[in-house]
Amino acid sequence: MKVSVIGAGVVGLACASELQARGAQVTIYEQGESVGDSACSWWAGGMLAPWCERESAEEPVERLGAEALDWWDTRVGGVERNGSLVLALGRDAGELRRFARRTSEYEEIDGTRVGAIEPDLAGRFGAGLYFAGEGHLNPRRALADLAKGLAARGAELCFGSAMEPDNAPGDAVLDCRGLAARDVLPGLRGVKGEMLVIRSADVTLSRPVRLLHPRIPLYIVPRGDGVFMVGATMIESDDRTRISARSMLELLGAAYALHPAFGEAEILETGVDVRPAFADNLPRLVRHGNGRVLHVNGMYRHGFLLAPAVARMAAEAVLDATATPEFFQC
Amino acid sequence: MLRVYGEEIASRLLLGTALYPSPAIMVEAVRASRAQIVTVSLRREAGGGGAGQDFWALIRELGVRVLPNTAGCHSVKEAVTTAQMAREVFGTPWIKLEVINDAETLQPDVFGLVEAAGILTREGFKVFPYCTEDLGVADRLLTAGCEVLMPWGAPIGSARGLNNVYGLRSLRAHFPDVPLVVDAGLGVPSHAAAAMELGYDAVLLNTAVAKAGDPAAMASAFALAVEAGRTAFEADPIEARDMAAPSTPVLGKAFLE
Repeated sequence: MKVSVIGAGVVGLACASELQARGAQVTIYEQGESVGDSACSWWAGGMLAPWCERESAEEPVERLGAEALDWWDTRVGGVERNGSLVLALGRDAGELRRFARRTSEYEEIDGTRVGAIEPDLAGRFGAGLYFAGEGHLNPRRALADLAKGLAARGAELCFGSAMEPDNAPGDAVLDCRGLAARDVLPGLRGVKGEMLVIRSADVTLSRPVRLLHPRIPLYIVPRGDGVFMVGATMIESDDRTRISARSMLELLGAAYALHPAFGEAEILETGVDVRPAFADNLPRLVRHGNGRVLHVNGMYRHGFLLAPAVARMAAEAVLDATATPEFFQC
Repeated sequence: MLRVYGEEIASRLLLGTALYPSPAIMVEAVRASRAQIVTVSLRREAGGGGAGQDFWALIRELGVRVLPNTAGCHSVKEAVTTAQMAREVFGTPWIKLEVINDAETLQPDVFGLVEAAGILTREGFKVFPYCTEDLGVADRLLTAGCEVLMPWGAPIGSARGLNNVYGLRSLRAHFPDVPLVVDAGLGVPSHAAAAMELGYDAVLLNTAVAKAGDPAAMASAFALAVEAGRTAFEADPIEARDMAAPSTPVLGKAFLE
């Protein structure tokens, strides 16, 4: 079976990978000039944190997201399985209790244990939640490796190619264009996210740390070699021009509150993009027209977390026209 | 019926549209609250020209009145500009005016508030000022042209309920004919009921519903509390007293022993 996949973001590449694993001959069309060039997943945090996300996400995100750690480890490796840490400053202790009530699979830890898990944070926090089963990866490396693996196994990757779903060749077409598909997917909206990449030689972290705050909950993900990703804002807007001063202030404020040594960090990069989302912030698989085109979209802030499960469903739906997986719509 | 700026509104609960886990849950919560006025924060979501249109569209589909706000504005100029933008985006002269003094407590800057209220009223806006319970400030806002006042219960998002019941009661007593809405700081439905029992015309809240585990259920609980509180106020509650007052006459006992 020949399948065209449009879009080489996390969804397109994961779908291509699942299809290839099932024996399909895959061609990927990407309007950008390289992997991640025009994908919002390029700016992702890379947290594989299904239990933490349950705090504000619906049940399927936790259930399906739990597949993600093994999937990424099998396909590209490099998943750090050091858990994740959720902290709040003393006066925001209520936020920690609230977070604990909405989530599961964590250990309530005291300040001593925080210091044992992340030595650089010793003495800075009196309590926290430790989600030992979670992990993280470097999203850019994961995307590049996934593309490399696809090519090595015979998939064709066409960059600089803005293919329309109806014009794409093959027995089936997977439209994984993200927000660019809003012309055919009513109800798809953009949620702006802003992030920073900083470098600090003074702080070492081994796992993502979420700093809860009633107004500005943010996270810091270590990328190794003293590099950290600080993210991410969630704004109901499809403006992808530049980071705002306020957002930058909030992101840096969170990093500084976590550890004042971040005040001396270098700012390597700022990033802005727009996540594609439907009104319930859950993904959709939408079959259109004669059934040849399947739109896979709406991953919201859960691209790396949900792409494995959604790609599996999409591949099944492509290979079996009678399949009606979760999130499927005709 | 709540009467504000010549309009009659059936529901005495006003609901904010920020901070929900998803727009779909926001829509459910608004429906469950039976609110007929929702507030929308323009500043944060607008970003740049024309952004946030999809979110606005969802709110328009609710079929309720939109009360745009100037949340996050720290100066008169910012607030006035945001109000003008909101009028264009939503096609309404209504504006919930917030001029924030302190980023930490989000306390209103009452001086800026009075100034901005005057400017906006002269431009034809119907201003709903987010204020404190201070009587002098209330008087200045009314003089500036406001026909409704929205004193805080407690700092925004703090869920502390009515911090100054005496002050709120005093404001109600001083301005018996002005629509008064307790805005901000409510955490649980009993807080809303308490505000309504004081004779407030309505309550406005957001975080208490949006950040609840089940926002739609909490919205419904607030709707019931607002209705209970209002009904109780209209039913003329009894006065508190220091001594027990037996509800059954104690016959056949010696009066004094």
